[in-house]
Amino acid sequence: MKKLSMLSVLMAVFTLLFSQTSLAACGEIVIGSAISLTGKYATNGVHAQKGYEYAISKIKENGGVKIDGKCYNFKVIYYDDESKGDRAATLAERLISQDKVQYMLGPYSSGMTKAIAPVTEKYQIPMVEAEGASRSLFNKGYKYIFAVLSTSEQYLASTIGLAASVAEKNGKSPSSVKVAIAVENDPFSLDIRAGVLDDAEKFGMQIIIDEKLPRDLSDMSAILTKVKLLKPDLLVVSGHSKGAATAVRQISEQNVKVPLIAMTHCEATDVTGKFGDAANDIVCPTQWAETMSYEDPIFGTAANYESGFKKAYPEYKGRQVPYQTAQASAAVYVFKDAFERAGSMDKEKVRDALSATEMQTFYGNIKFSEAGNNIAKPMALRQIQDGRYNVVAPAEFASHELNWPRK
Amino acid sequence: MDQILGNIGLLIDYPVVNLKIVLDGVMIGALFALAAYGLALVWGVMNVKNLAQGDFVIAGGYVSWWLVEHGFPALLGVPVAFIVMWGIGWVIYKLVISRVIERDLFTSLLATFGLAIMMAQIMNLMFGSDTQSVDLGYPTLHFFDGFIDVPIAKLIGVLMASALAAGVIVFMKSSRMGQAIRATAQDARAARVLGIDTEKVYAFTFSLNSAICGAAGAIIVMVWIIQPFYGISYSIRAFVIVTAAGLGNLPGVIAAGLGIGALEQYGAHIFGIGYQQAVAVMLLLLVLLYRLIQQRRNRQVLK
Amino acid sequence: MNRNKTILYSLILAFTIVAPFAFPNFGTQLATLWLMIIVAITWDMTGGQMGYNSLGNIFFYGTGMYVAALITIGLTYDVGDYTSAAGGGIYEFTDLEYFGGMALGILGAGLFCSACAIVIGWLTFGLRGPYFAIGTLGVAIAAGELVSNWEWVGGGQGIALPVYPGDFDTGKTYFYFLFAAVGIGAFLFARWLYGTRFGSAINAIRDDEEKADAMGIHTLRYKLYTWAMAAFFVGMAGGISAFQLIHFEPLETAYQTINLGIFMVVCVLLGGKGTLWGPVVGAILFHLFKEVTWNYLLGWQWVALGALIVVTVVYFQDGVMGWLVHKKPEWFGIRVEKKVASGSK
Repeated sequence: MKKLSMLSVLMAVFTLLFSQTSLAACGEIVIGSAISLTGKYATNGVHAQKGYEYAISKIKENGGVKIDGKCYNFKVIYYDDESKGDRAATLAERLISQDKVQYMLGPYSSGMTKAIAPVTEKYQIPMVEAEGASRSLFNKGYKYIFAVLSTSEQYLASTIGLAASVAEKNGKSPSSVKVAIAVENDPFSLDIRAGVLDDAEKFGMQIIIDEKLPRDLSDMSAILTKVKLLKPDLLVVSGHSKGAATAVRQISEQNVKVPLIAMTHCEATDVTGKFGDAANDIVCPTQWAETMSYEDPIFGTAANYESGFKKAYPEYKGRQVPYQTAQASAAVYVFKDAFERAGSMDKEKVRDALSATEMQTFYGNIKFSEAGNNIAKPMALRQIQDGRYNVVAPAEFASHELNWPRK
Repeated sequence: MDQILGNIGLLIDYPVVNLKIVLDGVMIGALFALAAYGLALVWGVMNVKNLAQGDFVIAGGYVSWWLVEHGFPALLGVPVAFIVMWGIGWVIYKLVISRVIERDLFTSLLATFGLAIMMAQIMNLMFGSDTQSVDLGYPTLHFFDGFIDVPIAKLIGVLMASALAAGVIVFMKSSRMGQAIRATAQDARAARVLGIDTEKVYAFTFSLNSAICGAAGAIIVMVWIIQPFYGISYSIRAFVIVTAAGLGNLPGVIAAGLGIGALEQYGAHIFGIGYQQAVAVMLLLLVLLYRLIQQRRNRQVLK
Repeated sequence: MNRNKTILYSLILAFTIVAPFAFPNFGTQLATLWLMIIVAITWDMTGGQMGYNSLGNIFFYGTGMYVAALITIGLTYDVGDYTSAAGGGIYEFTDLEYFGGMALGILGAGLFCSACAIVIGWLTFGLRGPYFAIGTLGVAIAAGELVSNWEWVGGGQGIALPVYPGDFDTGKTYFYFLFAAVGIGAFLFARWLYGTRFGSAINAIRDDEEKADAMGIHTLRYKLYTWAMAAFFVGMAGGISAFQLIHFEPLETAYQTINLGIFMVVCVLLGGKGTLWGPVVGAILFHLFKEVTWNYLLGWQWVALGALIVVTVVYFQDGVMGWLVHKKPEWFGIRVEKKVASGSK
């Protein structure tokens, strides 16, 4: 075994050397990214990395980035941040000061983005990030961070609205709705919790369970027992991929009956593929759905993006392309657009072009606020109906009716 | 504080919940006990403290998952994981472990820590970082108005775990090799003098440990979920249990495994699930302190 | 001999001072190198010199981070308000508040960790061998889990400290010198300590605790003092890290048991346990190896690191210094016939 790994190490070294000597017809724009390839965020870190790579190859196919009549291709230097904030910050610094990277693509998760943002800000390196949704990223006055995605308090806030309207429809007041919250103890999920708490308070809803999931979660039966006893009307779960997998599995095993269950990271975990019918009628917030009616000249429509991506990465066949991938691709596209409008490689000009971004992509409309978050794109809620992800809210995107109560 | 009182109140208002918590705890505890028993074996026989214990468990889980992905029946996973992990255990023994036996404690602890991080990353490269599980497709049995639920898959898992444990007990008691292992654990030198090939015993013991862990992992993937980096939490439990139960005490290890499983579930219910791991570790510390106080008392008596 | 030593030390000191300016791009890595040196030297104080192998020294690192951060924040704002905003609210710190808070915070972190060492040590020093290692590891894991559930200090969100006011590069150099100062302090302290009667006493505890006890050495007191001294330096290093990293959280950054917590032991083994220079050499080699593999073996870096640990531990247990003592005893002023006594075990 050791010999084998030595051999592979050698091979890895060789491929690395060769890949660097290959020449491209166009010039190169080097972007840096520290992303989680190992550790607890690795599942989604890899989704995001594939999104970046797919967009780069698509842009290359379409003639590259044209700056001042010359063509360029993107090349990303990746490092593995091991899902650790201190590592991410160090790597960002290394990318900037040693690899002389002038532009950055974001890491995966709010926690990592939070760790990197002070560094890019200090070095005045424009960073387009696609995976850090925490609100706390956008109230620090950062000027060099641009997020293509909607902020995290919006993920499940609309679920509260949905629960309220269902209650009203059934002749009950929204304040009678009882909410159970189980979120992971990490910056992203805690932010989701904050958003849910805020919205629940607006309707006067009662929070009857409010628990934090440990990070190495593989068993949440203790919470589900309480859910069975206290019978909430809405159960909110957020815990990246392992949280979603554990929750779906145990909710069906323990036969937990909650009329409305909302959960993040359904597609990224592929809950329908893994658990089949057990995942039915769960509501999942999504940044993007392939049924949405957006399009752009590079990727085509949202549906084109999905099929193209599956062709390039056959391992996604038969499952949902996670929105984490789509938004990563969108981030690269935003960079391309900004470079072309800036007409220059100067990072300050690129930053200014980024902040003036106003475009439609397959992923949605993108326009950045002063703080750098995308304000032109709503979140959608999808419900898993017979193994398919159907958009049920907000009204303008809804293709299907909400199944309520969940069986 | 209010929340804690409320949670205790639930236990009193709905006594059946206690039963459920104990059941849940015992089911996961049975698998902790398997991994812990393997650790007690290698610790007791060859004085190796294996920090890669949890990674053997996860590796066994991946073996089973890989089989299911390639169209084999899920229940086949347990015996196959047992055999495959036996082989891997033997290779690891020959390459690394055989050289750390009878060295000081840090040698084995750190060498196996190195192994653990290698294994986790190799699994990550081979199988991807996604969480995985195997769905047996069996229904769940419900009792007491649906408060107590026993998924048949879980039941099968626990039965297999008990069968495995029983098999190992019988093997250790009655077979020639089992006797040789016990003799080596008692006094390796004496065993050697009496003609036991201790090198062979060591290799066998370590492979057996690895195989037991592998089978436990194959059961875990049927009932819970696995991820390449989950090993450490099983390693921690194994150490907690072995420390609590002592070496060479199989019934003690099983009892401690089940007990820790149940206590963790109680802790998760009362303090919140975020404290589950903390409860396990605090139990370890309490056991150690209790031992220490006992020791001090003994010493005073001796004076 | 003595003059050679003086030259060696002044060369190292000169390099220490010049390094951040000569290699400005490697500022943070150099600072981290000092951090590794600090934790390795202090681990060796108990592990190598006293024979108590703790796996829980990372507890002092994490606690130091939190204490330093809480003191700095608490001097200016209400801690609960600050953390519940999760770094969201705008909290300004003047230069005085920042640097004053930092000075008090780092010092407080060191002192608080020393006190913790006394308490934890009093509870755990009765444990021997593997049980001491596992017990101290348990303390560190439990502390991380409990802090991550403690909302007043930010829970799983962690704490975001203010950014170094002023130029970023100056900030980098500033933190480098803070680490270097603590590192040199720890080294000189250890060097002095091992030459005193106290040093002989803890060596006696390592070699045979019962005999040491019988000879009238108050072993528990010596063990507690030694660990408290080690904890003081680790706590200060944690405090500096908190400011350097700006944002940290309990499980992965502060109480990173299975990372830095075990790496520090590997450093010491790599360099040579129970020697003065061993931990320093080991930390340098380990850090170099880690940085190089993380750069050039992406994906395989953990495999390489695991292999390094296995190979070091299994085949190279006396470490670089042990090997050197064995090969070149005259470098260490040891006459060859004394070789047996000078073995690093």
